[in-house]
Amino acid sequence: MRQTRQPGAVARRSFLKGATLVGAAAVAPPLAAAAPVRPAARPALPIQLAAAENREPPREQPLTEGRSGGDFMVDVLKSLDFEYVCANPASSFRGLHESLINYGKNTGPEFITCTHEEAAVAMAHAYAKIEGKPIAVMAHAVVGLQHASMALYNAWCDRAPVFLMVGNSVNAEMRRPGVEWAHTAQDNAVIVRDFVKWDDQPASLQDFAESAVRAYKIAVTPPMGPVVLAIDSELQEGAIEEEAALAIPKLPRSTLPEGDSAAVAETARLLVAAETPVILADRLARTPAGIARLVELAELLQAPVIDQGGRMNFPSRHKLNHSGRARPLISQADVILGLELNDFWGTLHSYRDQLHRSSKLLTRAGVKTVAIGTGDLYLKSNFQNFQRFAEIDLAIAGDGEETLPALIEAAKRLVTDDRRSVFAARGQKLAEARAKLLAADRDDAVYGWDASPISTARLCAELWGQIEKEDWSLVTGTTFTSRWPQRLWAMEKHHHYIGDSGGAGQGYGGGAIVGAALANRKHGRITVAIEGDGDLMYSPGALWTAAHHRIPLLMIVHNNRAYHQEYMHVQRMADRRSRGLDRTWIGTTLREPFIDYAKLAQAMGVYAEGPVSDPQEIGPAIQRALAVVKRGEPALVDAVTQPR
Amino acid sequence: MSSFSLVAAALLLAGVSAAARAQDSGGDESRGKQLYVDDGCYECHGYVGQGSSVAGPRVATLSMSFDNFTRQLRRPANEMPPYGETALTDQDAADIYAYLRSIPAPKETAKDIPLLNR
Repeated sequence: MRQTRQPGAVARRSFLKGATLVGAAAVAPPLAAAAPVRPAARPALPIQLAAAENREPPREQPLTEGRSGGDFMVDVLKSLDFEYVCANPASSFRGLHESLINYGKNTGPEFITCTHEEAAVAMAHAYAKIEGKPIAVMAHAVVGLQHASMALYNAWCDRAPVFLMVGNSVNAEMRRPGVEWAHTAQDNAVIVRDFVKWDDQPASLQDFAESAVRAYKIAVTPPMGPVVLAIDSELQEGAIEEEAALAIPKLPRSTLPEGDSAAVAETARLLVAAETPVILADRLARTPAGIARLVELAELLQAPVIDQGGRMNFPSRHKLNHSGRARPLISQADVILGLELNDFWGTLHSYRDQLHRSSKLLTRAGVKTVAIGTGDLYLKSNFQNFQRFAEIDLAIAGDGEETLPALIEAAKRLVTDDRRSVFAARGQKLAEARAKLLAADRDDAVYGWDASPISTARLCAELWGQIEKEDWSLVTGTTFTSRWPQRLWAMEKHHHYIGDSGGAGQGYGGGAIVGAALANRKHGRITVAIEGDGDLMYSPGALWTAAHHRIPLLMIVHNNRAYHQEYMHVQRMADRRSRGLDRTWIGTTLREPFIDYAKLAQAMGVYAEGPVSDPQEIGPAIQRALAVVKRGEPALVDAVTQPR
Repeated sequence: MSSFSLVAAALLLAGVSAAARAQDSGGDESRGKQLYVDDGCYECHGYVGQGSSVAGPRVATLSMSFDNFTRQLRRPANEMPPYGETALTDQDAADIYAYLRSIPAPKETAKDIPLLNR
């Protein structure tokens, strides 16, 4: 981070503050005389301020201003086409806040009131995955950024662009005594620097303009990620000294990093010659084009695709979608292509979490492995989300979606009639296997169909029955619901699924659901979410934001009344130590009392039903809630569910 | 004979006698159902043994032999945590086995449920 430069000229606010103090000192009565004027009940007020508040300032001091630095900052934000700014209000950005709502007329960006910074960042995170561009977030100096930090980590791991501005009061002379000192840092961003792509603390308005455009550009260049700008309160609140000297830089049209052409050609040769190729994709499809390109490549080769679900990469019912058969396909593969995989090592190995931890390579001898992705282009060392180092034959540094067209063209040039026949035969077998897989998934769903608590298969099937004819968007992860949506639903479009939190940091769902729904609202899409009960309790206030801003969404609470993943972990420890299992609920369950999520939502103005534990009643409850959503409002259904 | 082998042999003997009980209805299905919940089997396999693609396989209408069942409990071949005799006696295992064997197959098939054909 660059150190903040002290402004060369005396800023207006500096001048005013100095004048105030000088004036106060000049005319202040002796302490003894001042004492009776001050109310005895307010002894904590600094003496000079208490004295000053009973006098008018000298007439030569201006007390109002016209165009301010905050106004110019709004001009910069408008130039970057931010649709929203999500924030919990705070004094360290009050200057920008006022400029946004008055000068900026609270549009482009519109202020979205959030009840916690974690929710504000999670909103921006999920919005970006739907819309393909960032929105802005504001956080209070020091404390607000600490609240936001967990959500920034999720966005970092998930490679999602978030543009966060944190207030600050750089000049000690300008800080109000007391709390403002506790809410100021020499270097705000230090606490998040390990998991943001870039940060800055601009020292002038022109510096802000350039830093903001640079930050935006960095955030949206793959691998995408969050950025942080510390915005000094003097810059926000002070007057613009030389308007004519200010200029907002143009955001360049950036090209995306594409894989090396020779390496791409080599990959094409491997794939075309392969007998049992497998294509895996994780955070591949940034846009709808990513899905179309992966379909084109898979169909050209008649190769199976395993969608690891970091994004919506491949249509769930496509005959070449074999995500449910990952292990056997990887074990048999002669060529494995990994596209934007988060964990290539974990893809190639099984891992056993027993007392003696062990792993096993799944692949056969002689397999060729190729990685295409931006993971190698930008790394940081402290946090270990880059996963274990994988032995790969060819690692191509480049954006997967951007590299696919060249790979497809290179492969097309190599496909002969003979290979086309081989591909057709392979495709036929894969189509048959895919049909069997769908039938097996449906058969699995029958088990526990009428059980109470409600099975996750029943829950997902009931939801699918209500939305399949709508333009819908599922905006929460599916691991904890046994991936039933991918197994039972026809997921095809980019917005049909946006993956999960990235960093697996709890508290993502509340904000993310609202943020994704905010992006979906103008497209008229039905946003649905199956949100974990434990996760929701981190940021339930996001429901109020949805109600206040009339953001339509259906949140179904997957209420298994536990931090169930941790329940299983503690059980594993108890098993390993043979200490009995009757106490593993301690610290892992949400019971005595059960949480009433419907009442929680209703208290914040959200239509809600539940708890629903009868499987016969969950469909009608979803139907009633969706009717509310279609009227443009949020709704919640509390479903008491099986663990997974 | 190593201590491991001795333990294994003892378990095997215990397993065989328990297996006989379970397979000839010696295991107590009702007690097994309660143990299935109390001992946390449901956490991975679901309250009615339906299983999960991300936690534990289906155990309803279990088809494996009691010997294999006990072996899997004591020395799991996969991710499943090991259940020692202190946590789960042979009688407990027999009762749970009896319960799992007693769970009837679903009355309907997927083809009978319209929601699973969309």
